[in-house]
Parts: sequence; C-alpha cells; structure tokens
Amino acid sequence: MGPHAVTRRRLLLASGTLFAWAHLPKLALAEGRDPRLLVIVLRGALDGLAAVAPVGDPDWLALRGDKALTLEGKTPGLPLDKMFVLNPAMPNLHRLYQAGAATIVHAAATAYRERSHFDGQDVLESGLARPGAVSTGWLNRALATLEPAGSANPISTKPRNAFAVGPIAPLVVRGPAPVLSWTPPRLPPASDDTLMRLLDLYRHTDPALARVLEERMGLAEIARAGGMESNQQQRPVAAAQVRAFFAESAGTAAKFMARPDGPRVGALAFDGWDTHANEGALDGRLFALLGALDGAVAAIETNMGDAWRETVVAVITEFGRTARINGTDGTDHGTGTVAFLAGGALKGGRVVADWPGLKEANLHEKRDLKPTTDLRAVLKGLLKDHLRVDEAALGSKVFPESSAVKPVAGLLA
Amino acid sequence: MALDSKVEAALALNRFGLGPRTGSIAAIASDPRGALIAELDRTGAGRITNAELMTSGVAARAAFAFQQAQRELRRAAKSAPKEMSKDAAAEPSPPAGPPPAPARPNVGMAPQQIYLDEAKVRLTAALDADIGFVERLTWFWSNHFCVSADKAGVRPIAGAFEREAIRANVLGRFVDMLRAVETHPAMLLYLDNARSIGPNSQAGRNRGRGLNENLAREILELHTLGVRTVYTQDDVTSFAKVITGWSIVNPVQDPARGGEFTFNPNMHEPGTQSVVGQAYADAGFDQGRRVLAALARHPATATHVARKLARHFIADDPALALIERLAKCFRDTEGDLKEMAKALVAAPEAWATPRSKLKRPTEWIVSALRATGASVTDVRPVMQAQNLLGEPLWRPPAPNGFADDDATWLDGLSQRLDVANQVALRIAPGADPTAVFEETLAPVASAETKRTIARAESRQQALALLLMAPEFQRR
Repeated sequence: MGPHAVTRRRLLLASGTLFAWAHLPKLALAEGRDPRLLVIVLRGALDGLAAVAPVGDPDWLALRGDKALTLEGKTPGLPLDKMFVLNPAMPNLHRLYQAGAATIVHAAATAYRERSHFDGQDVLESGLARPGAVSTGWLNRALATLEPAGSANPISTKPRNAFAVGPIAPLVVRGPAPVLSWTPPRLPPASDDTLMRLLDLYRHTDPALARVLEERMGLAEIARAGGMESNQQQRPVAAAQVRAFFAESAGTAAKFMARPDGPRVGALAFDGWDTHANEGALDGRLFALLGALDGAVAAIETNMGDAWRETVVAVITEFGRTARINGTDGTDHGTGTVAFLAGGALKGGRVVADWPGLKEANLHEKRDLKPTTDLRAVLKGLLKDHLRVDEAALGSKVFPESSAVKPVAGLLA
Repeated sequence: MALDSKVEAALALNRFGLGPRTGSIAAIASDPRGALIAELDRTGAGRITNAELMTSGVAARAAFAFQQAQRELRRAAKSAPKEMSKDAAAEPSPPAGPPPAPARPNVGMAPQQIYLDEAKVRLTAALDADIGFVERLTWFWSNHFCVSADKAGVRPIAGAFEREAIRANVLGRFVDMLRAVETHPAMLLYLDNARSIGPNSQAGRNRGRGLNENLAREILELHTLGVRTVYTQDDVTSFAKVITGWSIVNPVQDPARGGEFTFNPNMHEPGTQSVVGQAYADAGFDQGRRVLAALARHPATATHVARKLARHFIADDPALALIERLAKCFRDTEGDLKEMAKALVAAPEAWATPRSKLKRPTEWIVSALRATGASVTDVRPVMQAQNLLGEPLWRPPAPNGFADDDATWLDGLSQRLDVANQVALRIAPGADPTAVFEETLAPVASAETKRTIARAESRQQALALLLMAPEFQRR
C-alpha cells in the first residue's frame, strides 16, 4: 500500500461545494469559444439501472421484479429511445435530452473492478487505473496542461489559477494548479487587518499555511462581488432540504461560472448515493436524490444564462450497484453504471451505450452490470473537444497509461 | 536544560494530548513521558461516570417514546382545526406564515436533546483532562469505529455508543472493543445489519428478504484487516451470513427492552461459513464472535491498526520501522491497547518527528478553549464551529470516518481564522493574550510569532493570532 492510500480515503465532506479554476482555456478562446465544464461527482455509487432502465432488455423485468422501472405502472419512466427510459424523478433532464442538450452514457465504469467506495472514488478522481497511486486529480492535471490566457479574475492582485468553495478540496481538483477553499462564514469574519498580520507571520514561518491564506483573500473578494455570502453549507436531512441544498450549491456554482470574469472549470460533489437498504428508486430515497440532482441541473441551466450554450455538465460516480435487488430492498456495491451529460454545448438526445445484456452470463461476476464503456473515454472526449486538451496529454498526464483508451468522438455539437 | 524539558512537555501535551492549559507545561516538565503513562494508569481512565447519562437502550426507548408522542400530537393537530382552515381559505388573506410549531411532547426525550447532552459531557471531559491522552485515544478509536448520528435511529445513541463500546475498552483489548462495537445497536443500525436476514433462515424463507453485506464489508475493510489485504468478495458475503441475526429489539414488540442488542436465531443463516480461509460451524451468535476473534488476531489487523495509530499521533507517512514495532506490540500482547499507547510514547519517532500535522478541527477548537481557559456553558457554538470546520460531532460523511492527513485539513485553515476570531470576541474575551502565550506557547514559539502577538492592535486580535500561529495549529 502506497503512502497515499489512506491519506486519500477522506474528504467526503465537501458535499455541495464548488471547486474551480479561474483560468480561461487559451486554445478554446482563440476559436472564439468560451467553454464551461462543471463536473459533478456523486459519492456513494449510483444505481445506474434504477436511474436509466433498459426496458427494451428482455431480462430486465425478471431482474428487478416489482422494483423495476418500466414504461407502465404507477410511476412510468420517461422514454429516451426504444431501449431506455429515464427515472421519472428527472423531468428537467428529460426535457434537455429531447432538446438535444443531454446525453446519457450507460454501462460505463472507470478502470476499477473492486468494490470499495474509497478506492473507487480514488480511481474515479485520480484518473489512474489503481487506487492510492497519486495525490492529484485528473481535472486539475487537465487544467495544468492548458496554456492559460491569463487569470479570469481581475480582482486578484496576481494571476490566481484556482479557487474553491468549501472547507476541503476533493482529490479530483487537487494538483499542480492550486486549490483553496472558501466557506460562506456564518461567524463574523476576521478583519482584513488581522488577516494581513497573520499572513505576514505565515510568510515568515510557515509557507504552506501562507499559501492557503493568500488564496482565501482573493476568494472573499469574488464572493462579496457576487453577492453570495448567504449561501449555507448545512447538511440536509429531509428530501426538500436535499433538493434545496443541491439546487443552491449547483446554482451558486453556475452563477460563479457564468460571470464574464468567473472561473470556467469546476467540480462539485453530492453525497448520499449508497443505497444499501430501501433504495426507493420509484418513490423513496433514490427517487428524491435523483429529483434533487435534476433540480440542480435545472438551476445550472437557469443561472448559466447565455453561457449555457457553451456549457457541459458531467455527472459521474465511482461505480454502479448490483444488478439485482438485495435482501433489504436495496442494492450492494457493483460495477457498471450511468453517467449524465447535460449542457447546451452537447450534441445530445441520445444514449451512448454498448449494451452488454442482463442475462446472468452477461453480468460482471454474475452480479453487476458489465461495463462496456470506459468512463475515461467519455471524459477524454469532453476534455479534448470542449476544452481542447491535447490528446497525447490525455493519455499520459491526465489519465496516465491510458493511451489505448480513445476519446469518444462527437459528444459536442 | 530547563527549556528543553518545557519543549518536550509542550510536545507531549500537543502531540498526545489536547493542548496545554495554564500550568500544564510546568506540571509535567520534570517528566513528560512519565506523565503520559501516568494518565493511562489512572483508575477508571477513559470512563465517564455521570448518573444522568442514559444507556443506549434507555436512550433509544426515550427517543422512541418522544417520537411516538410527537406523531400523536401532530395527528391531533391536523384533525382538530379542519373547519377553521376551510373558513380561512374562503376569505382572501395574505399568504400564510409558517405553521405554528407542534407542541413538544413531555414523554421520553428528543433525540437531539440526548445528542446535545452527550456532546456536552464529551466536551467537558476534554476540557477537564490534565493532558488529554486518553481522550485523544478515545477520539481515535471512536473515529476508527465510527457511526453517524445522521443515520436513522443513531442520533440518540451515538454518545452512548462511544461510552459503552469505545471508552469501556479504550485501554483494554482490541478484540473486546471490536465485539462491543459490532454488537452495539448504533453500529448495527449505521451499517444496516439490524435488518440483514439469512436467505435460508426462518425469517428469510418466510418473508423473502435477505442479506445486507454492508457491515461485514466494513468490518473487514475498515475495522480489522484493511482494504486490499487478504479477503475476497466471497469472504464478505460469507461473513455477512455469519452475522445475520445480530439485530435490535423492536420497541413496539418489547417496550421494556426495545433498542437493545439481540441475537435473533430466526434471522440467522444456518450452516458452516468460510471466512478468510477458516471454516466456522454454525454456533448461532458464537459463530460471529469467533470470526471477530480470528480477525482481531490476524496479522493484517495488527499492521492496519499500527499504521493508523502512527499516522494519527506522529506523522502522515510514519516510518515503516515504527509501524512494524507497533504491529509487533499488537501481535505480542494480543491487541492490548494500553500497551499500544505506551509503545507510542516509547517510540523515539514520537519525540524526534517535527510538528508537521495540523491539529484536527476538534482538537484545535478544544486546545483553543483549554489555552484561553474559556468556560463552556452552551455546547452548541462549539458544535457549530466543528460543523464549519468540517468535523461535525459523530457525523462522519462515510464509514471510514474523518480523514487523518494534513492535506485534508489544510484547506480549511481560513475558516479557522473566523473561529479564532469568534473565540477571541465572544468565548474568551477576558483572556490575557500575554499570559496565555507564556503558559501555552512560549516554549515552542518562534521570535516572529512572539513579535506578532505582542504587536497586535488589540487583545482580541492578539488572541486570534495566537490561536492561528503555526505553533498552535501544528502538533
């Protein structure tokens, strides 16, 4: 076990908080575009079959029985194509799908094939094929390969290439492009004078602490300018609160990213997808979570305004869940699952899937949806065509040792 | 010479304890290591004896009774004013305000109140400790075997869990703590085992419900062997079967014992199971106890525990020799946790490693309160600070608990300034920064820190800067 293995089993704390960089990607700008990319990580492993059900698969009903999402019944799914229906908790995503602004990727997975959340998230966020190997994330390394066209934030006194909201940065955004955190303070903040004195002390005695504080000062400025000081970070308990929390977090992220001088690339995480018992895909917990996610996508669309047409939102999770329902009306840790893509920049309205089938022999280890699409290929396709990250760098630096995994082409309009 | 012993005393208080209070450094300066050992050897160390605290069973029943009564009050409130609301709807009126708060039942006790009472007791124990080594060990094990108060049913018993399963064994044997934890209602609820049913058990055949492998997996992955060690998916499934029937008494069916642990043979999967290369004949409850005993003895567990202890107390990347020494101690003493604590104190690395680790949020908050001598009557602002800094009490985001590395907590540093400011302004406004500095920081403070505090524009600012000084943040 590498020295980082346990250090990175951490940080599921940053639920609903935005992490972002203020770089403007230079190549994309040169083409006259100003692309936005927001990555949303669903922590806990999403049941992809409950979110997007393969109603055209002859083995679907037998697999899930009365827990199966179908086109009929009390809560019928929203039709996507002949094969798939979307969970009815997600009408906004369905509307976007019909308008060509959402794409669904199914039977996808990272390179990880075990079933530990923490290792799975490690692989998802690091971009490496194995857990515990590095302490940086693929999104950060992708940004680091881009030549910046200057800092996007004119308030800053020096080119500042990262900012973040929330007390702790998750792995996906950690790396050479520094990230700091900012939480809307409920307590009265310390005065600028105290801050300056402390910064001076840190500069002389502890550079690591100095760097964190320096970043924070720039952030406090942008938050004040954006009028977002009242944003709350409390842990939601009820469905309505979850919904409000997701919408507020994602909406705030979009507000930041829509600004002409705001960041262009960011990440958010939402917890709570580990549905071992009473999953409630049609009427319970998962239904509420998917509804909250749907509301978050709607909030992003609204708050992005004109920038929505240059936006891609990628919603990903560490792995899927068992194809069958377990003994407590839930699902245990699995493998293949879905990824949602939404945004005006997409050539959407389709489900990207090389469907593996649901017969026992077709299931991964006879229990999980078999992954047939490498999630890295999807992310590479977005980074290449949306942000213009170099393909060679994608296979070496961003997702190391993955040059055989080709970017999915044609995701963007 | 005198200075060196003060430096070592400050290190002992920060690295192993909860930070100095006025007089702490002088009190242990003659023999800091001996003082740490003496705290371990104290009778009843780690235990909290407070007659007002409820056992987990009593707390669960009190919460259940409260919630029942609350439901009834709500139902009554809903049916009573029906006529009135019809009238109100008939006339045009401004949008209604929030509905009146439901009356509080005077039966049982609100889960949140039990949780707050337990939080207060825990904070008091931390503030009152001479050094706080045993409290730190308690916090460490409580995080290793974490439960979350956000899971249904856990809030009223999260505090009792720590007292009953962790504190009772914090200087005892690992296997006893393991058994107490995995049979505790809080853990059985948190990781879903209370409802896990053997597919071939009586209940499984009757009700067609079945296995939930959550607890079995986390015992192997997090509590004992460690991830990517010696177990497979089959071991997880078999072990899940072994511990079917480890459940909780339903308070409706048995009001006197509701909420307490029970082994329910009707839910237990019959038959022999193989876990990590060893077969266990079905012996009911004992089958699982035997698996836990074997897991506690497994060398992978010794290494896992050794690494986590070294990482928590000494460095993010502890020396392999240190880990191996601690693991050997664990193996040789059959997991004697007091001997493990002594081995940590005896480790040369514990005294030679630079202070590189940022105090965890709760450690830092408590050390700030100790340093400033603040008396805490209301625990809620302290809990709000814990929330703000990302370490809400007994509410870890996932079963692996809160992170234990510097990088995780570094980014939250800026929020600490706001909390430091709050402590200086509201919680300890009377504290004299010069005296606090002399008593708690002077032996280890740099000239720059001393100067910065001395030149502050106000006592409050000086105190905030003191609490934010690198020497106060790191241990």
